[in-house]
Amino acid sequence: MGRVRTIARRTFLIGSAAIVGGVAFGAYQINKEAPNPLIAGDGEATLNPFVLINQDGVTLIAPRAEMGQGVHTTLAALVAEEMDVAWTDITVLHGPPAQAYYNSVFLGMALPGAHYKDTPFKHGMREQVGKVGKLLDLQATGGSTSMKDFYERMRHAGASAREALKLAAADRLGVDVATLTTKDSNVVTPDGTMIAYTDLAEAVRDITPPDVALRDKSSWKYLGKSMPRTDMVAKSTGTADFGSDKKLDGMKFATVRLSPTRAGMVSYDDSFAKDMDGVEAIIDMGDGIAVVASNTWLALQAAEAVEIDWEPASYPADTDGLRAAIAASLDTEADSLVRDDGDVNSGVEGTEITAEYYVPWLAHTTMEPMSATALYTGDALEVWSGNQAPTMIRDACAKAVGLEPEQVTLHTTLLGGGFGRRGELDFSTQAARIAATIPGTPIRMTWSREEDIRRDFYRPAAIAQFRGVVQNGTAALLDGKIAAPSVFHNSSLRQLGTVPPGPDRLHVEGAADQPYAIPNFRIAGHLTDIDVPLGFWRSVGASINGFMLDTFIDEMAHAAGADPLQFRLDLARAEHAPSAGVIEAVGDMSGWTGATPDNIGRGIGFNFSFGTPVAEVVEVEDTGNGIKINKCWIAADLGTVLDPSIAEAQMTSGAIYGFSAAMQGEITFFDGMAEQSNFYDYDAMRMHNVPEFEVRLLETNPFMGGAGEPGTPPSMPALGNALFDLTGTRARELPLIKTFDLIL
Amino acid sequence: MATQITINGTAHNVDLPDDVPLLWVLRDEVGLTGTKFGCGVAACGACTVHIDGEAVRSCQVALADVWGDVTTIEGLGTPDNMATIQQAWVDHQVAQCGYCQSGQIMNAAALLAETPQPTDQDIDDAMQGNLCRCGTYPRIRAAIKDAAQRLAEEA
Repeated sequence: MGRVRTIARRTFLIGSAAIVGGVAFGAYQINKEAPNPLIAGDGEATLNPFVLINQDGVTLIAPRAEMGQGVHTTLAALVAEEMDVAWTDITVLHGPPAQAYYNSVFLGMALPGAHYKDTPFKHGMREQVGKVGKLLDLQATGGSTSMKDFYERMRHAGASAREALKLAAADRLGVDVATLTTKDSNVVTPDGTMIAYTDLAEAVRDITPPDVALRDKSSWKYLGKSMPRTDMVAKSTGTADFGSDKKLDGMKFATVRLSPTRAGMVSYDDSFAKDMDGVEAIIDMGDGIAVVASNTWLALQAAEAVEIDWEPASYPADTDGLRAAIAASLDTEADSLVRDDGDVNSGVEGTEITAEYYVPWLAHTTMEPMSATALYTGDALEVWSGNQAPTMIRDACAKAVGLEPEQVTLHTTLLGGGFGRRGELDFSTQAARIAATIPGTPIRMTWSREEDIRRDFYRPAAIAQFRGVVQNGTAALLDGKIAAPSVFHNSSLRQLGTVPPGPDRLHVEGAADQPYAIPNFRIAGHLTDIDVPLGFWRSVGASINGFMLDTFIDEMAHAAGADPLQFRLDLARAEHAPSAGVIEAVGDMSGWTGATPDNIGRGIGFNFSFGTPVAEVVEVEDTGNGIKINKCWIAADLGTVLDPSIAEAQMTSGAIYGFSAAMQGEITFFDGMAEQSNFYDYDAMRMHNVPEFEVRLLETNPFMGGAGEPGTPPSMPALGNALFDLTGTRARELPLIKTFDLIL
Repeated sequence: MATQITINGTAHNVDLPDDVPLLWVLRDEVGLTGTKFGCGVAACGACTVHIDGEAVRSCQVALADVWGDVTTIEGLGTPDNMATIQQAWVDHQVAQCGYCQSGQIMNAAALLAETPQPTDQDIDDAMQGNLCRCGTYPRIRAAIKDAAQRLAEEA
């Protein structure tokens, strides 16, 4: 075997510097405070990048994409908790793209070592490396990072704002600040007089907010409670504005039709389309066309009517060819070997089993197709876009129309679903480019669903080969190879123009980093060199490896003659107590006995991802008229649960997203194009086939874990394992509908 | 030639070709963007509105074929004066991304008008045309049952 790279901190830092063209940085730049992007108008005060006060009330900036995960509500609660803002007074905004809102967690996640093994020292090291994100203006929502990222930053912002308001009130009253308290958006004097924060907006402008200690958890009134979501009334009354809802005077409506082979156009003929009702312009986008019309539907009709001859794809043109390329990469030099415990070649005695797994290509299919609105006026560009990467999108839009980033105003709207798709730059830059052809006219661009599926950045297909040895009822050896094209490399090349050095850890996450005490445990990552556009799909590598590894663990349990739940529990207990805790909890919740009636099957799935161990038990029933999922029990250990209702919703949401993919999700290719195009051939779970859920949130994890993604990885193996329990058939390939008669 | 339609109690003269779907009349011409576009082929339910009280997929109804009074999510209730079903949605904290919820609520409102005390099977049958990629279904079910109860008490 050839040389295998093992990541080192040094190579990582060099890699980061390379991304921005060799920026010099040190402790000074990292610790220097980022400038406050908020500009206070007359009678307003902005005490830090997160708080704006004026006569109308208190506005909190929650600089992460609200794509359904409830991030605005909990980020607002972090500030409001310390600042004593009355919940009903809060207005929450995404805020502008800015360095001050950088993601302080992302880069630290790339440090070597499985997260479950983190010590406080190692955790601190991740935090320090994470701060390099500030130098990269890395403002992005993803990786289930928001709560870890802002848990302290936004509480500090709230606490210092509160103290500044007290100082302003003390100045006005001529009293000692120590005599003042705060409550419900007011400073309160010893005699009970209330001074509203809004009345102090002018006075607090010149006060430097002091830094103070954070309150103890025991005094929390918002955090740890299920708060009414700040976006709930708008989303229940049709008044919430998404990227495709922006209304501007004189607005025109656009759509695009771009190469489904992800190449260019040989030629196009718009002679018929350009004379269709309402069509105002047909624009050559290089790799496709855009239509501007008086109505979105008229634009969609005309786009379909343009005759286009596409260039062929640069990757194997069909699903089988792509699969063969992935299989071939299993025999190439490994990219990573980040887990290599013991010696898998030492000839361990016991029962040996082997298995090969395959998972298909997947699309994100957010409910809102890609969309953005833009207005170009020659020396300025304004963009409204529901997006997960504001700083990068601002810069990309500027470049797309030949402006400087300072000339671009990007408004991040609510997102009609994200799941990783809206971290991409394409839809925002397209709207900007279309708008630039018609200066002064606002353009609202909406993709068709067909475009959304054919122009997605896919979750790649993958193959794994595992060899396991069991002895005395437990696992003695697990040797695995995972092959797929690299999401991280594909996306880095597209968005940053380069691939950071070092092994691709995302490729093996959900397998190499699992908290199992298997004495001989090796996971090798093999990358397939094909350039189908790839993107981050809810839980990324763990969405692949969670299914493949945990299904094999289930096979090993059966080979060992062990109870599948107990088998996992024994392996986890010696390695990571919170992981053992969720496995035990889900057993308790579900009343797991290992036995089920004839027409019922139960399976367990476990995965540790994004800092959170999650175990799920799924119960399936053969109704005689197809198999349905009756119930799903979920136990997750988030360390600290900041909002139980939102965390519970994210766990069930993650599981439903996973079940949808596991049951029926599959993108296939023919002639270099995705064959699926709408919900009739790329569907998901619906009301009638969603199970009941029961969720238990634990708080023993020493570090805070993420919530948005960790519910997804264990759902897929839990379902497959339940189907095995019911039928005796082991599906080693997704989607499961190929093997079982599931009720869709 | 302009077509006259009544939306949320107000008459509108719409100057668009006859075959433009009601969805795009609402969103781009009238400016009622609470009704959402999800698929364009009646496969997701995001565009659900009422015509004479009946839930329809507005992406499939041509402007010239609108046969009665149109009610959209904006006409059902407002943030300051929500309909009972909208209040149930808020109380059960149903929405996540929220994009499909206008359609979910309009479909559920029509279900409750037709079947005031729906069984789980009734809910399954009526709501399975409405897709939610965030997976808010368990809370939608709870909110529908709660709204049914409240409407019965209000009656």
